[in-house]
Amino acid sequence: MGKPAVRLDELIDQDYRQGFSTMLETDTVPRGLGEDVIRLISAKKNEPEFMLDWRLRAYRHWLTMREPQWSTVRHPPIDYQDISYYSAPKSRGDGPRSLADVDPELLRTYEKLGVPLQERELLAGVAVDAVFDSVSVATTFKDKLAGLGIIFCSFSEAVQEHPELVRQYLGSVVPYSDNYFATLNSAVFSDGSFCYIPPGVRCPMELSTYFRINARNTGQFERTLIIADRGAYVSYLEGCTAPMRDENQLHAAVVELIALDDAQIKYATVQNWYPGDKDGKGGIYNFVTKRGDCRGANSRISWTQVETGSAITWKYPSVILQGDNAVGEFHSVALTNHYQQADTGTKMIHLGRNTKSTIISKGISAGHGHNAYRGLVRVAKSAEGARNYTQCDSLLLGDRCAAHTFPYIEVKNPTARVEHEASTSRIGEDQLFYCQSRGIAAEEAVAMIVNGFCKEVFKELPMEFAVEAQKLLGVSLEGSIA
Amino acid sequence: MLEITNLHVSVDGKEILRGIDLVVQAGEVHAVMGPNGSGKSTLAQVLAGRDSYTVSAGSVRYDGRDLFALSPEERAREGIFLAFQYPVEIPGVANIYLLKAALNAQRQHRGLPELDAVDFLALVRDQLKRVGMDEALLYRPVNQGFSGGEKKRNEILQMAVLQPKLAILDETDSGLDIDALKAVADGIEAMRRPDRAIILVTHYQRLLDYIVPNQVHVLAQGRIARSGGPELARELERRGYAWVEAAAAGTGAAA
Repeated sequence: MGKPAVRLDELIDQDYRQGFSTMLETDTVPRGLGEDVIRLISAKKNEPEFMLDWRLRAYRHWLTMREPQWSTVRHPPIDYQDISYYSAPKSRGDGPRSLADVDPELLRTYEKLGVPLQERELLAGVAVDAVFDSVSVATTFKDKLAGLGIIFCSFSEAVQEHPELVRQYLGSVVPYSDNYFATLNSAVFSDGSFCYIPPGVRCPMELSTYFRINARNTGQFERTLIIADRGAYVSYLEGCTAPMRDENQLHAAVVELIALDDAQIKYATVQNWYPGDKDGKGGIYNFVTKRGDCRGANSRISWTQVETGSAITWKYPSVILQGDNAVGEFHSVALTNHYQQADTGTKMIHLGRNTKSTIISKGISAGHGHNAYRGLVRVAKSAEGARNYTQCDSLLLGDRCAAHTFPYIEVKNPTARVEHEASTSRIGEDQLFYCQSRGIAAEEAVAMIVNGFCKEVFKELPMEFAVEAQKLLGVSLEGSIA
Repeated sequence: MLEITNLHVSVDGKEILRGIDLVVQAGEVHAVMGPNGSGKSTLAQVLAGRDSYTVSAGSVRYDGRDLFALSPEERAREGIFLAFQYPVEIPGVANIYLLKAALNAQRQHRGLPELDAVDFLALVRDQLKRVGMDEALLYRPVNQGFSGGEKKRNEILQMAVLQPKLAILDETDSGLDIDALKAVADGIEAMRRPDRAIILVTHYQRLLDYIVPNQVHVLAQGRIARSGGPELARELERRGYAWVEAAAAGTGAAA
């Protein structure tokens, strides 16, 4: 970094000082949860009355709920009073000052993933001029998008600038009373992304939370709301493609997608939160509610996820197929290594006529990993001519891991066609030896075989994402070969 | 190039190879023949580094080094190639991808730069023609949905691309019709060079009509029961394996 960096640094400092007084205050929000805390959060964000009401209703409902016990995941009890519910942006003073202060193991992983140096600094939370760069980049895109009428901003900003849209759509797919973690999120969510594509507009670029994350550390309770109006199209990429160190234990996000007539939303996630160490210590509990509503006729929503991180993953990106001829898709790769646990899958709720859904799930278990696919296909009486195809494949590496499949199928319409295929295989010694006998190292061979196994899902990802997902699998599987 | 001394190998406590002695020099082609269950494939797999076998005694030196000190991938990078009797399917991995990864791993080991996609494709296309393989097979998942003949040709293609110093072909001729056999045999014959050794593991004489070996060895009950020139293979074709086995049993009893 040459001379200009100094200047930029000064600029950042300025920028930072401006936000300082409010930020300092938010840092003082004590641990614990109560109506006072929720009022405080809402006040800090200068929210309109309807938002506070919504949060409070959620909170009161949450008090009547109990943590779900039905999944296969196991964890020690979470003390909800021991969490601070306002994740203020990390002040620059708290972060590491240079890469030299960052955990070398983390840097080694970034290096393997081929993350550019500047990005590595960003991801590790190092305060450098690149942060500033990234903010300005985000702004540039925002202007370009605004020209098309596309709204892409933080949730807080949307609440201020577009309250009517927020009011209309917030909670319309995942109501505040939906489930324990979604309800908690509804009460306390700090920020997130908001996206609205106006009728007939095709969003010209992949939208990504990447910029948002860099611009602001939104913390454990985020909320994403994406609306594709009639005939609109958007492809949205979520998450960090490199490991993110995060001391938070619970990550309870909510994502709502709404597709009106003839609209299409593609939502891709590469999730790589901190999975805990090799012995299963630490790591994120990723308890996320993601749901899309194909509200209009001929609408289409597809979820593609690559889940390699988190100590526990608990999520079921789902599609409600309301509009006639609507199409829902779910493509998933979930990998568990060491002591990671994943209970993930989808729900396809067929309500409209001639609705179609496809589910492709690839679970990979290594080490002591536990991997469960849980999926519901429900065809309502009204869903004349509905069709579903489900394919669930599990791959096991070693003999201490486990894979489970829990398919639930409910069909109330006799014209429906529902297909389910499942397979479980072990990485063959034969396959491994075959690759090795050609000169390919064992770990590389495993990565190759696993990537082959996941190919059907990876081809759904935008290309740069697919490449990173492949690398990520390689890194995540490190040490899985004895 | 390869020196096997008193090699004993067992699987699950059962001894399969019971004292193999074999010396293969550069430039030579050796045929290892024998009835089913005589240990031919075991020998091939042990040389390539399969770890489900236990070497209980003996040694193998390759280019003067202890072969068993090397992992399977190190052996491959040092120039050993095994053409599998039953080539393995790898779903979702393109044939050409495996081939490129293999070649580049070996080149890297030898301090050579990796080949880029253009140079690599040119090289592969050239070899494809020699093997008589359809280019479409390059882009299909490794061996998945290949016919028996296509799988065997694919092994020969890999060998031709990797250009090993020591090629071990495990029953590459089995299950081939006459045209495929000819193509595979031509592919092997084309590999014959003064600085390369080839071990042909085979049950039948017919491959040796196309590739005349320097030496023929007959394996019976885990030992080399008889060695000789190409005429030995023809004698086996005429008389079968029984007489060699009987002789081996005789020496076995005497030992």
